[in-house]
Parts: sequence; structure tokens; C-alpha cells
Amino acid sequence: MRRCLLVAVLALLVIISAQTFGKVKIVYWQYYFEAKVKAIDELIQEFQKLYPDIEVEHVTFPYEAFNEKVAASIPAGTGPDVVNLYYGWIPKYVTSGYLQPLPENEFSDEYFANNFFPFVAKGVEFLGKRYAVPIAVRSLALFWNKDLFKAAGLDPEKPPRTLQELVEVAKKLTKYDKQGNIVQAGLATQPSGQGHHWIREVLTRQFGGKPYSDDYTKVLYHNVPEALKFYTDLITVHKVGYPGFMNDDITAFTSMSAAMNIDGSFRIAALKKAGLNFGVAELPEHNGIKSNFASFWANAITKNATGQKLDAAIKFIKFLSSDKVMEVWLEKVGELPANPAVAQKYYNDPIYGPFLKGLEYAHATFFVDETAQRKVMMDAVDKVWLKGISPDRAFREAAEEEQKILDNFWKSVGK
Amino acid sequence: MTRSDRYVKILSYSVLTVLSIVMVFPFVWMVLSSLKPFREIYRPYLIPRNPTLNNYKQILGSSLFPRWFLNSLIVALSTTFSVLFFDSLVGYTLAKFRFPGRNLIFIFILSTLMIPTEMLVIPWYVMSSRFGWIDTYWGVMFPGMITAFGIFLMKQFMETIPDDLLDAARIDGVTEFGIYYRIALPLVRPALASLAILNFIGNWNAFLWPLIVSSKPRMYTLPVGLAYFSSENLMRWEMIMTGATISTIPLIIAFLIFQKQIIRGIMLSGLKG
Amino acid sequence: MKLRHKKVLTAYLFLSIPLFFFVFIRFYPMMYSFYISFTDWNIISPIKKFVGFSNYIKIFQDPVFKISLFNTLKYVLLGVPSVIALSLCLALLLNNITKFQSLYRLVYVMPYITPLVATSWVWRWMYQRPPTGVINNFLNMLGLPTRNFLLSTSEALPSIVATTVWVELGYCIVIFLAGLQNIPKEYLEAAKVDGANRTQLLFKITIPLLNPVIVFLSVMETIIFLRIFTQVYNMTDQGAGGPLNSTKPLVLYIYQKAFKSFDMGTAAAATVVLFLIILTITVIQLKVLNRKVQY
Repeated sequence: MRRCLLVAVLALLVIISAQTFGKVKIVYWQYYFEAKVKAIDELIQEFQKLYPDIEVEHVTFPYEAFNEKVAASIPAGTGPDVVNLYYGWIPKYVTSGYLQPLPENEFSDEYFANNFFPFVAKGVEFLGKRYAVPIAVRSLALFWNKDLFKAAGLDPEKPPRTLQELVEVAKKLTKYDKQGNIVQAGLATQPSGQGHHWIREVLTRQFGGKPYSDDYTKVLYHNVPEALKFYTDLITVHKVGYPGFMNDDITAFTSMSAAMNIDGSFRIAALKKAGLNFGVAELPEHNGIKSNFASFWANAITKNATGQKLDAAIKFIKFLSSDKVMEVWLEKVGELPANPAVAQKYYNDPIYGPFLKGLEYAHATFFVDETAQRKVMMDAVDKVWLKGISPDRAFREAAEEEQKILDNFWKSVGK
Repeated sequence: MTRSDRYVKILSYSVLTVLSIVMVFPFVWMVLSSLKPFREIYRPYLIPRNPTLNNYKQILGSSLFPRWFLNSLIVALSTTFSVLFFDSLVGYTLAKFRFPGRNLIFIFILSTLMIPTEMLVIPWYVMSSRFGWIDTYWGVMFPGMITAFGIFLMKQFMETIPDDLLDAARIDGVTEFGIYYRIALPLVRPALASLAILNFIGNWNAFLWPLIVSSKPRMYTLPVGLAYFSSENLMRWEMIMTGATISTIPLIIAFLIFQKQIIRGIMLSGLKG
Repeated sequence: MKLRHKKVLTAYLFLSIPLFFFVFIRFYPMMYSFYISFTDWNIISPIKKFVGFSNYIKIFQDPVFKISLFNTLKYVLLGVPSVIALSLCLALLLNNITKFQSLYRLVYVMPYITPLVATSWVWRWMYQRPPTGVINNFLNMLGLPTRNFLLSTSEALPSIVATTVWVELGYCIVIFLAGLQNIPKEYLEAAKVDGANRTQLLFKITIPLLNPVIVFLSVMETIIFLRIFTQVYNMTDQGAGGPLNSTKPLVLYIYQKAFKSFDMGTAAAATVVLFLIILTITVIQLKVLNRKVQY
């Protein structure tokens, strides 16, 4: 009789535990980009085979609506367990209580040092804790159109290596119509594209300064107005391009209306598709200084993921950042691997090589509000070329604006 | 026809024809762009050198396109019917009845037009999530079932109806609802047709709310589905233009149908007064 | 029951469902925004701290808010009279023709039918400088200098107004045509018999009888221009309302504060201010323009 009862209780316990310990489901949010979404879907299949007790629901939405989607989901209490977000948004998302820090035992200093470029660890860190892990990274390089070089009588295999050469070559490549309008830009100048990154992280350093203090509380770039002046001189003095030419720099370069452009690795697929005969070179150096801007989208864990979901989430993002995945990511999605060991294999590739080499000396800017900070640079350039304000003053005013943004942020965090 | 009549007619046709070039040109550009292959989309010339139907094949062939089209159709038709009924009823009431709070209620309804949708989206989402309306047709439709714009339009037109006509019907023993339905409504048929087509167009092109309230691709309306072709790294212009062209065609058909209704309506409503 | 009471009850009955709908679907979210404007909520945080009027003080001290306000009024003053005058003229012409009526009307409604995002981009392309800008190429052909249009701090806003007028023409024309067709033919016949010529017919009969429609369109178009957003977002670099904030309207300011800076409290405060502005202007318009017209 007592044994029957025992068996019954045990059976009951087994049944109950089977219910509660069924599949763990986590939700993964990502913006829609066809190649990425396809790749992730395949990777999820693999992951679920490796861990049959975990189920991953993949939700995507147009890039435009990222913030709205997140914003709407919070008060409603819905939302993902793992989210793929731009590293620059981490400070904002963390201070809002949206993300939880990566558990240090699973994501130790060693883990980061062994698996990623140095700027990654710095880029995902906020107030001493780390929050996300990337699959791929991006950097900048100089794109040039070999056909246009040839047409201008330049050697199509020799891109400019210094800022000086850049200006000289750009001037030779610029064409004007009878009224003096640019019909072919030597170098596309679009601060709202990657231009503002080039000014901020590359030019300021090459002219002897740096954009921010190491703890990112002080703006310092106004100490090197030559950096802005170099950029605006391209528009006002050398007249090799202007913001808005052919709508934007990507369109200009893709349609062969701009001979050179400073752009990111994410452009490669589109340029190949357009059938352009282009080359890629490391960013021009100046005064012997090389610098680059790197950025990345990374997978972070939200506060929604607790207990088993948290375990599942950790396994998922570790899986996504494994070097096996990174190897196929380059082929499938065309993004640079975040792991230096994997990246090494492509160093001699004529297209990916310069980007990867650039990662070695790249900086990932700490953004508290990238939209606003980008606009500060856009406005600075506009002030100079539309309003005739001196680069000195424009840069100073930009620095004041940006300092306000930083001050507001640090105040809200309680520093 | 007098000479001055003929002169005015010629002037009308000339002005309208010349201006129609300006009106139609951007649309022509849009359609021609949709026929361009990716390589040509950035070229400045208007007419594609290698026209292709590939963009259309890609969008129309996408497995969810018919479903998006159907969703848009269901949502737009449902809201239009609802709007035609409720907006006209309220417009009629505000125009033809005297009661305390009448002006206040009208201003209150009108004031709902004064908040940008972008700010309404979050409370709507919270509501929808709480009531289980996410990923449902009702979730997409509910904000548009009754519109202040339609109420205002109908009120203006209803006001032009002579009161004696309605009083006469009351004396004849017609119910209040009957007066609205059988007497007032037919007299404002042009306005109803206009309301219908404008509401249909507005609803069909709505983007932000349908985007927020749908998480499953199966439930997207057409504009949301088509938005997937713009991304961080590359705006697929030829796809965007193709999507816009496809999206516009049902509206053109709807407009032509409604236009016929308006013209027929005038002939049927006959003499007034 | 007295007829008057019966009528009042009927009115309330007819209004019951719609009013419930509006309170629930529109009024409650409005109150929600109003409440948020007194907090420092940043949308992705569960915490909303009460901060009194500080958001309001912040926006009135923000030069960008003031510029946005000023721009918004510019949009209205340039756009509303233009669109109403133009659409009235075109509606009168369209009402006059007999052949190809449907086709002509379709042509004039096309801009309104086309998705606004696509329209904005096509116009953005047309406004470019040479070599690709159609409008500039046309100007150059006539010997006129190149204009910067959307790249100029002085020309960008009027350029966007032109595009918006072009789009809104279709909407206004449809409604004007409905209004014109609503006018009983006998009035016009009777006036003609009395010897009225075209101009008198137009100004003494047609336009006064169109007053309800003119009021409607003035109010609606003013609200539409006060709420202008999509085309500015799609016709300026990065949707920033530039160059140098010269095209930024209030709704864009609100949108950026809410969804880019995550500063919902400030966005809500600006929303309330915009709401009060629209409400005031609308009430004034209704009082000044409305005249009772019965056929």
C-alpha cells in the first residue's frame, strides 16, 4: 500500500517535472537584412540540433523601426531575450535597465582577449561591465574606381597612401560642366555617411589630437581644428565634392559619379552587385599616423532572460560568436570576422585585406546618442560650406554641443 | 454653346493638360525606375536601357506578397465601411441636432486629429498587448474605424441639407434613423464617395501603426511588407519604386470605381430643394 | 415625450458608440502623453520619475525647439493658402470639362494616391543639382543659374512645401469637386436666367456656396501642414530636418526626441505644446470662417 503511494507520488513528480522542464524558448530580435536573416535561420537550426531542449524564435523587422519596436515592447512587457543591437546603443540601453551584464564567469577577460579584437571588449563595456558579443565587425577603407582612374590617366593600381596624395589625386579626378557644377567628384564628401567617423576618429588623431578623453567625459577635438579644416577644404577650396552630391556618397560612388569614397566594409556586396571595377586600400595616413573607426552589431541579453532562459541565451550567443560561425559569416553575409585568428586568413584578400588590417589600429567611439553626435559633425561641416563660418569656430561650437550631450548623459547616470 | 463658353472650355483643357505633365511626371519616374535593373538604378537617365521585370517578379513572387495584399484589402475595406457608417451618422447628428455639449463634443472629436500618430503608437501597443490584439486584423484596424476627418467632412455636407426636408419626414412618421439613412445620406452621395476613396487610400498607405502591431510577417499589410527592402546598408531603390508602383495600382482602380459612383450619384439624386 | 427631448436623446444615442470609441482610442492615449510630459521616462526603462514642469522649461530653452516651431508656422503660411487657391482653380476647371473626366481627375489625384515615402524620394531626386537634377537641368536650359534647393538653408523649406502642395492638391480637388457637384444646378440656372455672367456666377454664387468645403479644407490642411513629417524625414539628409535645422518641423523634433534620443518626457511635452497650438488655430479658424449655408 505504502509502496503504491510512493510510486504514485514519484510518477506525479515525474509528470510535473516533464511539464516544467520541457523546451526552453528564447526570443531573438534582429533587424531585417536578407543575408543576415537567412544565415541566422540556418544557424538556429544547427544550434537547436546541438541543444534539443532549446527553441529559438527569430523575430525581424525593418531597420528603420528598430527603436520604435523596442520602445513599444517595454511598457507592454513583451520583447526579446536576446537582441542584436548596435554597440553604440549599449550605454543607452544599459542605463534604461534593458540589458543585463554578461556573466563574468562565462564571458571573462580571457574569453574576450582570446576571441575578439581589442576594441570589441572596450566597445561592449560600460561602467566596468560587459554587455554584448559580436559576430562580425566593420571598419573603414578607401574605395577607388579603377576605370575612372584609368580615364584620368592615373595608375589604376596605385591608390593614394597619404592625405596629401589623396587631395592631389582627387583634384585630378574631378570634372565640372560648363556652369562649374561638379559632374564627377574626385572624393565623395558626406559627413552624414562615414565622413563624420573619419573626421572624429581618424583625422583628429592624424593632426595630433584625439577626439575625447579616455573616460569619454570630455570632448577634445576642438583642439585640432585642422582636422575639420582638412575635410571642409575638400569642399570649399579644392572643390572635389560636396555633401549631397548625387544624393549621397554611396549613390555617387556606385553610379561612377565619384572616383573615390571613404566607406565601410558593409558596402562591398552592393558594389560587387553593381559590377563596379573598384579597389580597396587602407585609409590614407598622415604624419605617419594611421587610424580607423570600427563598429559592430552585437548580441546582448535583456532583463527578460532569467533562470533557464538565461542559460539558453548564454549558450546561444556563445554559439553565434564561435569561430566556426565566423568563418561562414564572411562568405554568407560579407561581414568581417570579429575574431583576429579567423581574420588573419583573409589578410591578403585584395578587398577584405585592407579592412582587416585597419582593425588593428581601429577605435570604436563611445556614443551616448549617435544620431545627435553625428548631427553635430554634419552641422559643423554645413556651417563651413553653407554659411562660410571658419572651421575653427565651427569645430569649437560642435565640441560645445557634443559636450552638452555628454554632460547630460553622465549626469543622468549619476556621475 | 456661346463663344465665351467655348473659349473657357479650350482654356480649361489647355491648362489642365499642361499641368498634368507636372502632376504625372514623378509617378512616371517611379514606374520607369521600377523597370530598371539594380545596376541602372543610380544612373541619371529616365528610361531604362535594359528594362526588366525582375523586380516585379521578386516582389510578386515572394511567398507572402499575396497575403500582404489580402491583409491590406481586408483592413482598408473594413475600415472604409465602418467609417462610411459611423462618420456620417455622427456628422449628421452634429449638423442637424441641437443638444447641450454639441460644440464641445465637436471640438473634442476634432482635437483627436491634433496629436501625431507617432505619440499614440505606444499607448495603442500597450492596449493591444493587454487585450490580445497583436497580430490580428482588429489590432491593425481599430485606430481607424471612426475618423475625426470623416466626421468633420460629413458634418459640413450634412449642414447644407434643408431642415424642412427632414422635418417633413418627421411629420410623415419616419424614424430618426430612417431620416438619416433614407433621406440625408442619399443627398450627400458625392461626399460619401469622396470619404470612401480618401479613407481607403489613407488606410492602404498606413505604415507606422501596422508595423508596430504586427510581429508575424503573415500579418503585415502591404506597405510594411514592402519596407523590408530598405535596410541599414543598402536602400534597394528599384525594389522600393517597384513596391510603390504595385501598391498604387489597386488604389487607381478603386479611385476609378468610386469616380463612376460619384457621377452616377449626381444623376440619381436629381433635383434638390 | 416632447419632440425636442426626443431629438436630444436620439442625438446622444447616435453618438454613444463613437464617443466611447474616441475616449478609449484617442483621448486615453492623449492623456497618457500628457502624463508622460511630466516625467523623465526614456522609453526603455520601467522607471518614470516625476519631474514637474522641467521638460516644458527645457524645450522652451532649447533653440532647436524654437526653430522647429518657427518652421512649422512657415510651412502653414506658405502651404495652406497655396494649396487651397490652386486646388479650387483646378477643381473649377475639372468641373468644366466633359470629355475624359475620369482620366483627368485620376491624373490630378495620382500624387495623393502614391505612397508619400516614394513621392518624397522622387522629388528629392528631382531637386538635385546637376547632372541629375531634372529641375536644375531645366533651369540651366533656360539660362537660369543652378539652385541648391534641398541643400540650401533658405530654399529647402519652400521646396518641401512645393512637394506637399503637389501631393495635397489631389485630396483638395476631390473634396472641392464633391462640393461643386453638391450645389443644386437650379441655383446656377436661375442666376444665368437673371443675366449673371461667368465672373458673377463664380464669385457671388459658387464660392459662397462652397463655404462649408472651404472651411473644411482650410482647417484640415492647416492641421496637415502643422503635422508635416514624412516628407521632411525622407527629403533631408538622415531625416535630420536640415540643412542646419532649416526644415525641421515640430513633429520631427518630437520623433527624434522620442525614438532617437529616447527622451520621451521631452517629446511628450513638445506634443502637448503642438496640440495646444493646433487646437487654438483650429478653433479660431472655425469661428472666423464658418458661415451657415443651406441650399
